[in-house]
Amino acid sequence: MTYILVLEQILNGLQLGVMLFLMAAGLTLVFGVMGLINLAHGSLYMVGAFAAAAVAGWTGSFLLALIASLAAAATAGALVELVVIRRLYQRDHLDQVLATFALILIFSEGTRWLFGSFPLFLDVPSYLSGPVSLPGGIEYPLYRLTIILIGLAIAAGLFLLIARTRIGIQIRAGEADREMIAALGVDISKLYTLVFALGAALAGLAGALVGAIQSVQVGMGEPVLILAFVVIVIGGIGSIKGALAGALLVGMTDTLGGVFLPQLFAVFMDPASAASAGASLASMLIYILMAAILLVRPSGLYGGSA
Amino acid sequence: MKTIRMLAMAAAIPVLAAAAQAETKIGMITTLSGGGAGLGVDVRDGFMLAIEQDGRDGVEVVIEDDQRKPDAAVQIADRMIQSEKVDILTGIIWSNLAMAVVPAATAQGVFYLSPNAGPSALAGKRCHPNYFNVAWQNDNLHEAAGAYANEAGLKNSFILAPNYPAGKDALTGYKRMYGGELAGEIYTKLGQTDYAAEIAQIRASGADSVYFFLPGGMGISFLKQYAGSGVDLPVVGPAFSFDQGILQAVGEAALGVKNTSQWNKDIDNPANTAFVAAFQEKYGRLPSLYASQGYDTANLILSALNKAEASDQDAFRAALQAAEFDSVRGDFKFGPNHHPVQDIYVREVIKEGDVFTNKIIATGLSDHADAYAGECKM
Repeated sequence: MTYILVLEQILNGLQLGVMLFLMAAGLTLVFGVMGLINLAHGSLYMVGAFAAAAVAGWTGSFLLALIASLAAAATAGALVELVVIRRLYQRDHLDQVLATFALILIFSEGTRWLFGSFPLFLDVPSYLSGPVSLPGGIEYPLYRLTIILIGLAIAAGLFLLIARTRIGIQIRAGEADREMIAALGVDISKLYTLVFALGAALAGLAGALVGAIQSVQVGMGEPVLILAFVVIVIGGIGSIKGALAGALLVGMTDTLGGVFLPQLFAVFMDPASAASAGASLASMLIYILMAAILLVRPSGLYGGSA
Repeated sequence: MKTIRMLAMAAAIPVLAAAAQAETKIGMITTLSGGGAGLGVDVRDGFMLAIEQDGRDGVEVVIEDDQRKPDAAVQIADRMIQSEKVDILTGIIWSNLAMAVVPAATAQGVFYLSPNAGPSALAGKRCHPNYFNVAWQNDNLHEAAGAYANEAGLKNSFILAPNYPAGKDALTGYKRMYGGELAGEIYTKLGQTDYAAEIAQIRASGADSVYFFLPGGMGISFLKQYAGSGVDLPVVGPAFSFDQGILQAVGEAALGVKNTSQWNKDIDNPANTAFVAAFQEKYGRLPSLYASQGYDTANLILSALNKAEASDQDAFRAALQAAEFDSVRGDFKFGPNHHPVQDIYVREVIKEGDVFTNKIIATGLSDHADAYAGECKM
């Protein structure tokens, strides 16, 4: 085990972390502002990836594909909010879970009807493909490095949006007291649609970015959704800062645990069972982390107000 | 939803209700929705192509979607056996679903013909006279890959597979034949889509080649990320990550990769040529190995029905065992445990025009039987 391997794995953990942040940011905003549990967030991730793959197929441009993923997911998100979600705010969480679970099925089968059962092709553009040499002799894929930078830029943008703009003030006010900001004359339903579409767009962008290095297929959103829920629970529901901290924590734990636990086990076990036991424990690691954090801070790292 | 789908099936498929003749009812349980649907769709389309080409009266096929869920598959199987009174079941793609359905079905006196899943337990200790596998035993393609690695002079393989029973069967199969050293052995999470951590380990391991079993979307992700990582060790895999359905999604990243399969579209025999042409004409795409397995399964059933009614179980079983049909694989015969004894080929991914596909470059193993036949007592 060399320090290059460790550094490379830290970068991998960082990359997974910022991707999770894009997913978790929307989820946590929607929950924080509207009190809604949205299981269909993973479907919006899938919508973004499919839109990107379709547009990349027609035009050959990756940039247009990314724009399309943002637009398609935001549109789908706004539509879903107007048609379905709007009716759920007053209902309890069980109804919300049921309705948004139904949305998952509708999105999945709808996508399958439109695009067929076989995975779509979406590739990294040639100007971002291949590895780059980083200081210290690390060879790292340029595309993953780009993802990290995009993710961090979006995180910074979101902080500015929430902290410095009028919409940000309204969002924070909405989290604190829904009735009061409605009474102050803020069009709360427009704000809800906007927040939902923003969250959807971020999920769609994450889907497109990740789709280029993974497979664009029906059902791709659900595994990520589970991780995103872990992230927002760790970070504290409703907190963007918490989502970032949680995402990076989960990304690092998952990546580093998956690599180094089997090696650690190999010190005192035979290699085959170490690989198997280490892999099993590594896949539990983020949930152990979540449980440990909830023990110490029951409302998550930054979940003071919840 | 389900009724609509069934109605659509009934309209699309000529369900032939011949009053005079004894009916043979075939139940197909396969994955037609969700992420793994591509495989089930291919098996179904291959199967129905053969049924349609045959065109005889008295064979009825009922198709249902298991959604890749064991409990759903078990429910459908019970319904098909008890209320629909099927004679033959087929269609299951995934080994965990097969393990949930097949033992119960064969115990109730129904024939089960597997067009895909071949878990080791059903080939060995838990084999059954009414269970036939038309595709392969799970280990087979991996064993051929191990044999190929020896031949290609690979001495230090890095191997990885998902952490579930078929993944362990895969690496066991590879190691059974492969004679070199292992630079590393990793079990990944089932359904994992990001392989950056594993690729970094491969880079650091000093391996001379990579062997992986990552079916479906997992394989697409791995290959794309591997291609972008700058690691350029040769990759070997089983056909599951290089079948016709997903090659287009992998793209250039798969070019030149060697993979093992019991079938390819360029196997030179009249049955195969006719199959590939007919499949392409009917469905507008190239068939995959799954489609070929569905097609062979249907033709095997039809050939046995020529000799005996399915209700005459002993005669029908003997007719299945004889396997006198024109397989698209060329020669085809069953071993004593009702699993195929067959050639397994090494293929290379190539580009034909705009389409990525495979071409056979060598025979990996000839007349290969599975390793569990000896444990089967029937």
